Amino acid sequence: MKLTVWTYEGPPHVGAMRVATGMTGLHYVLHAPQGDTYADLLFTMIERRNHRPPVTYTTFQARDLGSDTANLFKSTLENTYERFKPEAIIVGASCTAELIQDDPGGMAELIGLPIPVIPLELPSYQRKENFGADETFFQIVRTLAKPMERTKQITANLIGPTALGFRHRDDIQEVTALLSDMGISVNVVAPMTSSPSDIKRMGAAHFNVLMYPETAEQAARWMERTFDQPYTKVVPIGVGATRDFVDEVARITGVEPYLDDSRLRLPWYSASVDSTYLTGKRVFLFGDGTHVRTAARVARDEMGFEVVGMGCYNREMARDVRAAAKEYGVEALITDDYLEVERTIEALQPEMILGTQMERHIGKRLGIPCAVISAPVHVQDFPARYSPQMGIEGANVIFDTWVHPLVMGLEEHLLHMFRDDFEFNDAAGASHHGGHAPAASVAGGPAPRPADSPRDISDERNGVPLDQGNVIWLADAEKELKKIPFFVRGKARRNTEAFATERGVSEISIDTLYEAKAHYAR
Amino acid sequence: MNDLTPPTLSRGCRDEPILKQRGQHEVFCGLTGIIWLHRKMQDAFFLVIGSRTCAHLLQSAAGVMIFAEPRFGTAILEETDLAGLADAQVEIDRVAEELLARRPDIKQLFLVGSCPSEVIKLDLTRAAERLTEKHAPSVRVLNFSGSGIETTFTQGEDACLASMVPVLPKTDARQLMLVGALPDVVEEQAVSLLNQMGIEDVKVLPAPRADADLGVGEGTVFALTQPFLGDTHAALTRRGARHLVAPFPFGEEGTTAWLRVIADEFGVDDETFERVTAAPRARARKAIAQASEALRDKSVFFFPDSQLEIPLARFLTRECGMTAIEVGAPFIHKGIMGPELDMLEKGPRLAEGQDVDLQLARCREARPDLSVCGLGLANPLEAEGLATKWAIELVFTPVHFYEQAGDLAGLFSRPIRRAEMLKLDPSASRGANA
Repeated sequence: MKLTVWTYEGPPHVGAMRVATGMTGLHYVLHAPQGDTYADLLFTMIERRNHRPPVTYTTFQARDLGSDTANLFKSTLENTYERFKPEAIIVGASCTAELIQDDPGGMAELIGLPIPVIPLELPSYQRKENFGADETFFQIVRTLAKPMERTKQITANLIGPTALGFRHRDDIQEVTALLSDMGISVNVVAPMTSSPSDIKRMGAAHFNVLMYPETAEQAARWMERTFDQPYTKVVPIGVGATRDFVDEVARITGVEPYLDDSRLRLPWYSASVDSTYLTGKRVFLFGDGTHVRTAARVARDEMGFEVVGMGCYNREMARDVRAAAKEYGVEALITDDYLEVERTIEALQPEMILGTQMERHIGKRLGIPCAVISAPVHVQDFPARYSPQMGIEGANVIFDTWVHPLVMGLEEHLLHMFRDDFEFNDAAGASHHGGHAPAASVAGGPAPRPADSPRDISDERNGVPLDQGNVIWLADAEKELKKIPFFVRGKARRNTEAFATERGVSEISIDTLYEAKAHYAR
Repeated sequence: MNDLTPPTLSRGCRDEPILKQRGQHEVFCGLTGIIWLHRKMQDAFFLVIGSRTCAHLLQSAAGVMIFAEPRFGTAILEETDLAGLADAQVEIDRVAEELLARRPDIKQLFLVGSCPSEVIKLDLTRAAERLTEKHAPSVRVLNFSGSGIETTFTQGEDACLASMVPVLPKTDARQLMLVGALPDVVEEQAVSLLNQMGIEDVKVLPAPRADADLGVGEGTVFALTQPFLGDTHAALTRRGARHLVAPFPFGEEGTTAWLRVIADEFGVDDETFERVTAAPRARARKAIAQASEALRDKSVFFFPDSQLEIPLARFLTRECGMTAIEVGAPFIHKGIMGPELDMLEKGPRLAEGQDVDLQLARCREARPDLSVCGLGLANPLEAEGLATKWAIELVFTPVHFYEQAGDLAGLFSRPIRRAEMLKLDPSASRGANA
């Protein structure tokens, strides 16, 4: 048993639902108890889908157990076929149904529906949502896709987008445009937007664009083996990666590399004067492996941030993320334990978090700005406007999204300049963010303690080793610390205390503060 | 202004036939109740023994993760637990120890059964007894099932409260117990009204803390504030307490009838009753009148969800001028729901259980002005042009008693007002600009 408070991924059958809900003409018959239908709301509420997911649950109850859960599954399957007349059906069990071992796949075969029925084996007690999506898509492709003649012109399949994916809807459009600029058209986009008959003709493409390894890598490998279709390894998130992607596609297809970057604004925005305040900002990244790897590159090479930590929750990507982390000189955090992520962030004290919905909550609690780069996400990350992560527009969107939670460059100086003004509200935060608590006290914060008399600040007389908790701030230094803008004050306090501790100084004076500042100057 | 007699003696819908269908149930399981129960009981922790699905449900149904470490969590069963490689009882002890060590503020620990734990027949009663012995008196460990194979949505609260009844100390005191987890503000209003009538000894189940002096015995009479508490009702009856059968305190009429039953039990005279309730009743009527303007002569269709459907249908038809087309409930407990059914005028189809696809077909056919349904159905129905009210809000929002009666009507009228306000289809906007 593993104690879990919040979870990054749902169970594997939710992954299968993401595949089914992205598709048309496919239905999922899920052997599951009453209550598992909660998963519908992920799609109808969080993603605001205007249709119910194409999933029919058997919703068995205690009274069905031991009597006829198997018959319940059979009749549900038959009714579902009659009611929805899908082109193909996937069948499987949720965690509870797995325990009662009714074998949905076997029963479906016995019924002998006149359409393909694809059984799914998703071990609920070992694997999670991304695996469920990856495995489901793979089984669908393996069952339905057949070798066939290639299209005359060069075409690609875009694989990986699913329902409930982070910006998948818009990434499809962006990648389609990138390929189209090189004269390559799209054969099938799957699972999202495709039907079983589309899946059947995937073999006609010349290659596959693996947009999200989390959800389509098995299918990509299988098609490479079976149809001799190469697949792309670069995920085009960020400017550098988009250029690399174009080069990779050119290599695969023999087409001239071409990238229309006339609408690309990230490089100039990063290089403009205002963005000097971004330089060296310490960021922590967490999410699925693919988005974290790509975001780390953007963070360091395209925004000028310092990556102080990174990690992923999906163990399947652990190796890749560890390798990437090494390149950034940090240790990778591979965990799906939310509390461990919070502890790591607390210890690292980054100036910004690039994470998921979960890290957004951590950031709120710790007072650290956070931008979302990866699933799981909430309703606000399915925006009405076009906002891809991939390609040229994706890079522009990333610049805006990541800068938004931060205080703007010039504003940082203004806040500093006016911080002694009696009307200044220290807790006000960035001017473009509403809803901050009003300052509780007059400018300058609570009254400083009475000044201690100056004396020898070195405390080696007793030979007692000092830990950080023993360091005292003298009133003047405390007052001076308050003059430092609030968003860097915490760091200044910690640095000064660390500096004092290292030197065995037990009391921090104004001098100590500035000596520390000089020491840590970059 | 003296209509204080229990409303209408006709038997309303009590003997009407009930449509029972068996198909896909689009409902939450009882685990969902943990989301409001853990806020209500401030020293309690709810440990679900279940799967990743259970953890995911709690997280998704709660919508946002407000708390860093909420007072609920899931001990996720793993392959080793199922293969019998790990002794589940030992594992439960380990997880519970871990938890109690980290949260010394916890005084009540609920081990909550789930579908997988029920299917593998994990004996949580035994685990709870063993842990209680070990941690008494500082922590009390109880267990109940919130599994989907046994409970539907609000039944989780019922199972939880019922699990607390056997361990309540015995008391012979003449007292009134209000049963049901309500928001504090609402609970205080109810207690205050009763106190003003001279009923002083009012207790509430669940109490906010384990050490509250809450007992039960033959001197106890209890009133349910929520209609889904059948098992708790039975457990209290077994302890010698007597149920005051009444309609539920939704709307002005329901609240008055509910208070009236209690007042009669405690011999409160009409004058006192009138003095205490006149002002809030008048306020409630006024608020309902305003909030329900958009509801007059509109039709409503209830999908089964929270068990509040019948009382709410009664409120909407009698006090807000709506017509009910179908009133679906997960199950209908005639003993508890009797007074409500008496008051609900014949006309609507009553349905128990669900085949969601067939019910959706009836709803589309009827095209009600408002459909009350779960979150999985709401947007799809809105997309078909049917205004909806999500039922889960009805259990999260203060809606009981006089001062919330207007808010309750408002919850239903907002979607209808919105449907009337928005000028979104192309023909409408052209009209506006012309």
